[in-house]
Amino acid sequence: MLIALYIMLGLALVLGAVLGYAALKFKVEGDPLIARIDAILPQTQCGQCGYPGCKPYATAIANGEADINQCPPGGDEGVHALADLLGVEYKPLNEEHGETKPKMVAFIEEDICIGCTLCIQACPVDAIVGAAKHMHTIVASECTGCELCIAPCPVDCITMNPIVETPENWKWKYPTIPIKPAIHL
Amino acid sequence: MNAPINIAGLLKKTKAVFRFNGGVHPPENKAQSTQRPIGQLALPEKLVLPLRQHIGNIPKIKVAIGDHVLKGQLIAEAEGTVSAAIHAPTSGTITAIADAVIPHPSGLSDRCITITPDGKDSWIERQPQDWRKDELAPLVKSLRLSGIVGLGGATFPTQIKLRSANTAIHTLVINAAECEPYITCDDMLMRERSEEIVLGIKVAKRLLDAENVIIGIEDNKPEAIKAMRMATENTDIQVKVVPTLYPSGDARRLVYLVLGQEVPHNKRSTEVGIQVFNVATVSALYRYFEFGEPALSRVVSMTGNVNQPQNFEVLFGTPLRHLIKAAGGAKRDTSHFIMGGPMMGFNLPSDDVPITKAANCIIAASPTLFEPPPPAMPCIRCARCADACPVSLQPQELYWFAKSDNFEKAQAYNLFDCIECGACSYVCPSDIPLVQYYRYAKSEMIALDKAKEAADIARERNEFRLARIEREKQERAAKHAARAQGAKTADSSEKTTAPNDKQAAIAAAIERAKAQKAAENTKPKNTTHLSNTTKAEIAAIDARRASVGLTETKMTTNEEKQAKITAAIARAKAQKTDANQAANETPIKNDALAVDTEKQAKIEAAIARAKAAKAEATKPQDKGVQTKPSADAEKQAKIEAAIARAKAAKASALETKEQQAKED
Amino acid sequence: MNRSPYITNAPTVSSIMFKVLLALMPGIAVYAWLFGGGVLITLVLATATALVTEALMLKLRHRPIQPFLSDYSAVITAWLLALAIPPLAPWWLIVVGTAFSIIIAKQLYGGLGYNPFNPAMVGYAVLLISFPVVMTKWPIALSMVETKLNFMDQFHYIFNQTLPANITIDAVTSATPLDYLKTQLKLNQSMEMIQSSPIFGVLGTQGSEYIALAYLAGGLFLWQQRVITWHLPTAFLGGIAVMASFFWAIDASQYANPMFHLFSGASMLGAFFILTDPVSGPTTPKAKLYFAAGAGIITYLIRVYGGYPDGVAFAVIFMNICVPLIDTYTQPRVFGHEK
Repeated sequence: MLIALYIMLGLALVLGAVLGYAALKFKVEGDPLIARIDAILPQTQCGQCGYPGCKPYATAIANGEADINQCPPGGDEGVHALADLLGVEYKPLNEEHGETKPKMVAFIEEDICIGCTLCIQACPVDAIVGAAKHMHTIVASECTGCELCIAPCPVDCITMNPIVETPENWKWKYPTIPIKPAIHL
Repeated sequence: MNAPINIAGLLKKTKAVFRFNGGVHPPENKAQSTQRPIGQLALPEKLVLPLRQHIGNIPKIKVAIGDHVLKGQLIAEAEGTVSAAIHAPTSGTITAIADAVIPHPSGLSDRCITITPDGKDSWIERQPQDWRKDELAPLVKSLRLSGIVGLGGATFPTQIKLRSANTAIHTLVINAAECEPYITCDDMLMRERSEEIVLGIKVAKRLLDAENVIIGIEDNKPEAIKAMRMATENTDIQVKVVPTLYPSGDARRLVYLVLGQEVPHNKRSTEVGIQVFNVATVSALYRYFEFGEPALSRVVSMTGNVNQPQNFEVLFGTPLRHLIKAAGGAKRDTSHFIMGGPMMGFNLPSDDVPITKAANCIIAASPTLFEPPPPAMPCIRCARCADACPVSLQPQELYWFAKSDNFEKAQAYNLFDCIECGACSYVCPSDIPLVQYYRYAKSEMIALDKAKEAADIARERNEFRLARIEREKQERAAKHAARAQGAKTADSSEKTTAPNDKQAAIAAAIERAKAQKAAENTKPKNTTHLSNTTKAEIAAIDARRASVGLTETKMTTNEEKQAKITAAIARAKAQKTDANQAANETPIKNDALAVDTEKQAKIEAAIARAKAAKAEATKPQDKGVQTKPSADAEKQAKIEAAIARAKAAKASALETKEQQAKED
Repeated sequence: MNRSPYITNAPTVSSIMFKVLLALMPGIAVYAWLFGGGVLITLVLATATALVTEALMLKLRHRPIQPFLSDYSAVITAWLLALAIPPLAPWWLIVVGTAFSIIIAKQLYGGLGYNPFNPAMVGYAVLLISFPVVMTKWPIALSMVETKLNFMDQFHYIFNQTLPANITIDAVTSATPLDYLKTQLKLNQSMEMIQSSPIFGVLGTQGSEYIALAYLAGGLFLWQQRVITWHLPTAFLGGIAVMASFFWAIDASQYANPMFHLFSGASMLGAFFILTDPVSGPTTPKAKLYFAAGAGIITYLIRVYGGYPDGVAFAVIFMNICVPLIDTYTQPRVFGHEK
C-alpha cells in the first residue's frame, strides 16, 4: 500500500520536474501566434480589415475578436492559410471589407502636387519621399498599394496604377487546354 | 523510349559509359541544315539590338539618337557585376532608342537600340591582347567590355564564369553535344572553324588555370568529331564521344557523362572544380583576345519549313525577315516561327523580331512539321514521364502539385531541379503539356517569394514608422514637460540646484530655437534671382495652398500683400486655364496672350524642358514600376501645360510688377 | 500559347489500351476453345454494359463522351471482369458487376485516371460477396465432359437458365481446383488424394492451365511492347512462388506446390493484366516491387488461410489502398541529391 503511494508520489515529482524544466527551457518569448498570423498577412497596412494595420488585425484574430476573412489584399489564399494555421473552417472573404484587387502602385501627378505632406503622414510604410513645399513622389518599390494616401490629398493628385508587365516580371500563365476533342483510332 | 524493346539488341554488349536516367531519342532532323556551309548575310537595312540579351542587369546606354557609330563600338556598357555590354555590329547611325518587340515567350516589347547601317562596315580601332602572356586579372577584367555571353542558349555573361572562384577549376568541359533536334550551329562551327575553337579552349584554359580539358560531342556528328580530333591532335585536350541521347547537352548531364560526377543540386559546377563552356563561346573568346573583336555575331541555324535551310553567320540585331529571305524564304504553309529547338523552344510573336545573342536556331513551323497536339487526357499514372526524366524527378507528382497550386509540395519534390527539357511531355500518352505546368508553378513560386520579401520589408518599415511616431510623441511630451518645468524653475531658480543644469540646457535650447525662428532662416531659400517662370510657379502653388486653407505664417507684410495679390490673380487665371485644359488637352490659344507669344512660347518650352530635366535629376530615384516619363506624348502634354501656366502667371506677374512700380 | 515540346513520340492512351486487349486475345481464344463459347457471350455482354454505363455517366457528369469512350479503358475493365467470373453465370451477373465497376468504382471517383481501386477487382469482389453460390459454378473443361454443351446451349443457359433435357448443371460445372483443395484440406484429405482428382491438370487446373499459359504469352508481348515493365509481374509471381515454396517445403502434404499456385486461379491474369492497371497502381519502380510482392503474399495467405478460394481480387484491392504510402516512401534519388 505504502509502496504504491511512494511510487505514485515519485512519478508525480519526476514528471512535474520534467514539465517544469521544459516550460523553462523551451519558453517562447512573446505570443508566437500573433507573429505567425502576421507572417501570413500581406503587410499592405491598408486598414480595410477595420484595424489600423496588419499587426493589430493579427492581434485581434489571436484574441478571437476578429474573423479570418476580413483581409482583401490577402485574397482567398490568405484566408485559407489563416484557416489552416488556426484550425478553423475556411469562409469566403467578407465583402464588407472590400474586394481583392490586383496589386496596384500609387503615382503622384507632379504637376498638381502642392507639397502639403498630408500623404506622407498618411503612408503606413513611409513610401512617399518629400517635404513641405517640396515635390512629393512615391517610392514605387516600397508602395504596398494600401490607398491610404489618396484620401488625404487635397488636390487629388494621386492615382493607383496597376503594375506594368515587363519581360522582367512576366510570369508563365496557367496552361489552358483547348476544348475541341480529338478523335482517336 | 516508347519503342518496343529490341530483344536482339539487349543481348549485344553496351558501351561502358556513364548514363543518366531516362532521356529520349527524338528524330534528329539535322541533315537539312548541314548540306551547305555557314553562309554570310548581306547587311540588313536595320539592326535592332535589345538591351536585354543576357541574364543579369540591363546595360547602360552610352549613345544617343543621331550618333554615328563604328563597327565594334561600345553602345551600352555593362551595369553591375552580372551584366554584359552591347556593341554596334556594323558602322552606321543610331536611329532609334525605343521599345520594340523582342524574341521572348511573353511577346512583350522592351528597350532596343536601332542602328541603320551605312554600308561601309568600318571598324573601330581594335585592341588585341596577348592572352598567352599577359596578367590574368586585367584580361578577365577586360571581358566586361567584350559583350561575350554564353552562346549555348543560357546567355550568362562570360566574365562571371571566368572570375577566379574560391575553388580552383580542375576540369574545363567544352559542351559540343548539341543534343536538340534541328539545331546544327555548333556542328557546322566545329566542322569549319575547329582551329579557332581549339585556340579559344586554350584561352579559357589559361584564364581558368584548369588542368584538364574535355570536349563532349554526341556521336551523331562524325565530321565534327573528326575535325575536332584533328585540331586537338598535339594538345592534351580530350575529345569524348557520348551516345546520342536528349538531353545530353544540359551542362550537369554532360559533366556526368564525361566525368561521372554529379554536381550537387545546391552547388554550381564551379564549386566542385568544373566549368562548362559552349564551343561558340570559347570561339568568341579567342576572337576577342586575339583580334580585339567584341561579340558582334553568331552562327544561327535557319531551318524547318524554309526552302533552303542553312546555318548563317548573323550579326546581332538582324531582323528575322532578313534571315528568312536568305534561307530561300518560308514555304507557304508556315504558320509561325520557333526560337530554339523543338523540345525547348518557344513561339516567336511575329517574324519582325531581331536575332539576339540567345538565338541559336530559328525553326519555321507548319502544321505538318509540328502537328497541333490533341487535347490533354487525364493523367493515367503510367509514370513514363518518370522513366524519361534525366533528373530522376517524378513529373507526374509535380504535375498534380502544379495543377492544384500546391507549391509547398512541389518545392519538396524538387521542382526547381527541373531543367524544362521536355522529355516528360515527349513521352506522355495523355498529351499533357507537363513543361508548361512546371513553368507556371516556378513563375508563381518566384513571384510569391518576391511578394513575401516585399511584405517583410513593408512590415519593417511600418514598425519603424510606428516606433518613430512613438518616439516623436515622447520627445514632444518631454519638451512640454521641460518647458513647464523651465517656467516653474525660472521663478525659483535659486532654490533648485541639480535640476538647474538640465533646465538651463533646455532653456538654452529653447532660446536657440527662438533665435533661429527670429532670424530669417525659415523663409524658403533660393528665393533671389528666380526666373519669372519659377516665380509664377511658386505663386500658383501658393494660390492652390491658399485655396485649400493652408496659409503661410511669418512673412513680411510687403511680401504678404504681394503674394495675396499674385495669388488672387493667379487663382483666377489658373481657374481659367484649368477650365480650358479640361476642355481640350492642347495649349490654349488665348487671344489676349497670343500676341508675340510664339517666340516666347518657344523660350518657355525650352525653359520648361530644362526645368523638367532638373526636376528629374533632383527627384529621388524610383526604380521599377513608375512609367518612364519619356513617352513623348506625355512629355508634350506636360510641357504644354507648363507653358500655359507659365504664360498665365507671367502675365499676372508683369501686371503686378507694373503695379508695384506704380506704388513705388 | 507556347507548347514546347512541339514534337511527341507518345503512344496514345487508346493505343496502349488496345495493345492490352490484343494481349488478352490468346487467352480468350484458348478459353473459348477449351470451355465453349459461353465466355464470348459474357464478354460481349460486359463490353456493351461497360460502354453504355460509361457514356451515361459521362453525360451525367457533363464531360465529353468521345475521347473517353474511345480510349478502351472501360472495355478492358469489362473483359477482365468477364474473364474472372464463371462463363456460365447468368447474364445479369456480369451486367450488374460491370455496371458497378464502371459507375461506382471508376466514374464516381472521377473517371479515367482518378480511381484509387482497380475497377474490375472491385466489381468482382462485390459479386463474390453478394452472389457467392453463382460465382462458384465453374464449367469443367469440355474435353472431360461426356455430354458437352454447345454454343447455343450455353447461350440459353446464360439467358434463361435452361439446359437441354438430359443435362444437369452439376454435371457440367464443378468447383475450381483451388476451391476443391481448400474444402478437401479442411476435410483432412491428403495432398496426393486431392491432386489425383481429374480436375487437376499438369500444372494447375485441367484446361485452365493452358489459359494461364496463354495469358503468360500475352503478358510477355506487353512487356516487349513496353506497355508494362518487368517489375509488377515478376514481383507478384515471385511473391506467390516464394510463399508457396516456403510452405510447401515445410509440409508438402498440407500445401500445394508452387507451380500449382502459379498456374491456377487468376495468378497469371493478375500478374500481367490486373496488377498492371496504371491508374490504381504505384508509380516508382521500387514501389511496384513492394506493391506486387505484397499482393502476391496476401493472395497466397488468402488462398491458404482465408475464406475465399482465390485471393487475387482482395489482395489487389488491399494493396491499392497502400499505394500512396508506398509511393511516398520509395521516391528514387534525384540527380544531384544525396540519399
